Amino acid sequence: MKSLILHTAIRIVMPLLLFFSVFLLVRGHNRPGGGFVAGLVAAASWALYAVAHDAPAARQAFRIDPRVLIGVGLGVILLSGVAGLLAGRPFLAGMWLNPEFAASGEVVVGTPLIFDTGVYLAVVGVVLTIIFVLEEE
Amino acid sequence: MCAPVAVRFRQAAAGYWLSAVPAALLFFFLVTLAKFSGDPIAVTYPWVPSLSLDLSFYVDGVSLLFAILISGMGLLVTVYSAGYLKDQPQLGRYYGWLMVFTAAMLGVVTSDNLLLLYVFWELTSISSFMLIGYRHEDEDARQGALQSLLVTNMGGLALLAGVLLLGLAGGTLEVSDLLNRREQISASPLLAPAIILILTGVMTKSAQFPFHFWLPRAMVAPAPVSAYLHSAAMVKAGIYLMIRLSPVMSGNDWWSSLGIAVGVATLLLGSYMSLCQTDIKLLLAYSTIGALGLITLLTALGSAHALEGAIAFLLAHALYKGSLFLVSGVIDHETGTRDVTQLGGLLRFMPVTAAASFIAALSMAGIPPLFGSVAKEIAYEAGVESGAAIATVVFAGGVSFVFVAVMAGGKPFLDTVPGARKSGHPGHVPFSMWIGPAILGAVTLLLGIFPQSVGRLLIEPAVLAVTVGTGSIDLPLWPGLKLPLFLSLAGIVAGAVLYRFNDQVRRRAAALMPKWGPEKGYELVLKWMNAVAVAQTRLLQTGYLHHYLIITMATAVVIVGIPLLRKNIDIWYRWLGLGLEVGPGELLLALLVVFASIWAVRSKTILGAVAAMGAAGYGVATIYMVFSAPDLAMTQFLIESLTVILFVLVFHRFPGFQRLSSARSRAFDGAIAIAGGLMVTLLVVMAAGTELAGPVSEYFVRASVPEAHGRNIVNVILVDFRALDTMGETTVLGIAAIGVYALLKSKRVKTRGSRQK
Repeated sequence: MKSLILHTAIRIVMPLLLFFSVFLLVRGHNRPGGGFVAGLVAAASWALYAVAHDAPAARQAFRIDPRVLIGVGLGVILLSGVAGLLAGRPFLAGMWLNPEFAASGEVVVGTPLIFDTGVYLAVVGVVLTIIFVLEEE
Repeated sequence: MCAPVAVRFRQAAAGYWLSAVPAALLFFFLVTLAKFSGDPIAVTYPWVPSLSLDLSFYVDGVSLLFAILISGMGLLVTVYSAGYLKDQPQLGRYYGWLMVFTAAMLGVVTSDNLLLLYVFWELTSISSFMLIGYRHEDEDARQGALQSLLVTNMGGLALLAGVLLLGLAGGTLEVSDLLNRREQISASPLLAPAIILILTGVMTKSAQFPFHFWLPRAMVAPAPVSAYLHSAAMVKAGIYLMIRLSPVMSGNDWWSSLGIAVGVATLLLGSYMSLCQTDIKLLLAYSTIGALGLITLLTALGSAHALEGAIAFLLAHALYKGSLFLVSGVIDHETGTRDVTQLGGLLRFMPVTAAASFIAALSMAGIPPLFGSVAKEIAYEAGVESGAAIATVVFAGGVSFVFVAVMAGGKPFLDTVPGARKSGHPGHVPFSMWIGPAILGAVTLLLGIFPQSVGRLLIEPAVLAVTVGTGSIDLPLWPGLKLPLFLSLAGIVAGAVLYRFNDQVRRRAAALMPKWGPEKGYELVLKWMNAVAVAQTRLLQTGYLHHYLIITMATAVVIVGIPLLRKNIDIWYRWLGLGLEVGPGELLLALLVVFASIWAVRSKTILGAVAAMGAAGYGVATIYMVFSAPDLAMTQFLIESLTVILFVLVFHRFPGFQRLSSARSRAFDGAIAIAGGLMVTLLVVMAAGTELAGPVSEYFVRASVPEAHGRNIVNVILVDFRALDTMGETTVLGIAAIGVYALLKSKRVKTRGSRQK
């Protein structure tokens, strides 16, 4: 689907969308956002890229196989869970570096954020795997 | 666990390296035995306390005997495999499963908790499935593996039920406690069904009639697997359980009558069937069935003497049968055939193997000074003790053992078969392959020469652990001029006579063989199950997406809708009772959604319909936003956008809608769709109007900041309170994506392939 408008717009929109997705991911614990939505935003930006150019180009620009991303995401999720085990607490128990910031609505860093990052990666991987394959059909 | 890695690194020598594992285990158990005082050793780690499932282990004389047997055989078999399976593919998997099997077997014989024992029991079934099916390109191997898995797993389920009943009857699942509660258990009405179920499990595992048929079929396994699983270890798991539980069960009518009947039937059947075989491994397999029958019989008899016989015979059998199986592997490996009528004169080519084979065969035939004779004398004594009928049966078994011993262990090396082909070119037998049989032979000889010390060291603690009374055990090499001795001599002579005329015997026996065995029943059941599955699949999965949707929707409507309607007549009342305030804005949104839906249905082009559906979705998302659920709204927006993108990607090449369906079928579809929509609406109203125990959301609202340090409750729930669920869902997503990928890719490969044709 060749469209000059889309082609030009994507150059500006895509970095914005990707930044926005990271923004959503990081603030998710306190305000609207989170790994799932952020992942969808990021995936949508790549889907747009795939529509503007074509799937092989998008695949090339994406550099890694989105299927790998699914595994990496799940691995990150698992790691965030194992962290609890290592600290002698239940699997997936939450642990934070700076919990005192929570009340003020600042970003709190801890295993839930890692977990959410895993979700983010997995969602991007899932959506892009499907979209790339469908587009190549 | 590390086995596959080890194989990667040291392809050729992996068997030697890995044998360090069972060697270490063997050493450990031998040391334990040397220090063993007679008091059981118990260790417990909590595992799933809520199911009263602990990792509790209990080691007494019986466990030690079995553990030494398992790790010792494991060691020899691992070394043997290094030679036997040299340069075979997928050795990593093979050794991996061999190690899993060893561990699982040790688990079976050392666990105290019956549920834990069951877990290990099933693990042995699964690893045995993988090992039997090692040559998985071979149809027979797959069939044999599947059959053994299905039969033993079915028995495993019976065992689980039986174990739970026994646990109810005894009030505990720990074997060590059960042993002290004989009175309580005997009085329980649950005992009879428990015994029947447990014995069913034992029968499938230890290849007892009528479940014996999987064992000969499992002979497709590589020789070391047969030696290990089908003579020394796995088939003995059932026996172990019987021996283990016999202090509680012995004397019970069900236990002894069922056990004796099964044991007798299996012994006779195995002995009889072994007369008709020409394949060495099948000869050994059927005589193993017979031997297992004998052990079951002796265990079920339950007297101290019979148990002593069972345990001694079990040890002797493991030693000589394991050795003979390994030898059969050597013969097969070097000559390429296992047909005894074709084999002869191998003595010149493999003297050490031949010597080991002779020792094993003589032990099997029960000739002193080998351990087999000691065991056999006790078995005969116990048989004579129990009356003429049992003695006759044991005698018949003994005759067939002599016959098989000569056929499988002697003939290939000694016989000069006129007209037999010169058995290929038997080569040099590698060290790894003759060392196993040689060690087994040496042990057999050693145990046979010093039966007293064996008795004191190995057998006595084992027997004392499972008999109620006490008494010293003695294993004489020379039993004295009594009836058992004469039986034994007569048995040897009769077996030799049978062998002299083995061709005629085989023909006669084969002619008498019934055509309908229990295996037929197994096949019928499988066939019938497959037929049902096929019919059901035909009915439900027509291949039309249209039908799938109708079936899914209609089922949901019927299953959920009927109870809904039956429960709530006052649904409209509730509707009003919710007191929803609908403002003009919301009304407008609702209208938008309705309008977009109608448009989607009526649209003439696919793209139009997709866009309309997107609009409807946005409308719904906006409603979420109005009711202050920004996360939900945001997700909904994105999903809608992505769906539209997906549809556009797929559909932009499709032609427009065509009227392919009749008006009637469309009306039917519409009705189902409307029913589905109505049902969901009812469900939502119901759910909103029902309060069971106060909404759980209040807890989340309260706990979110203090416990999870987050103010976005939706997110906190997802990544913290319900993180495990999210993890599962993410995994499902990933699997779905890979499924889509595989589906689309594989289709393409297929079309490309067909085009090439």
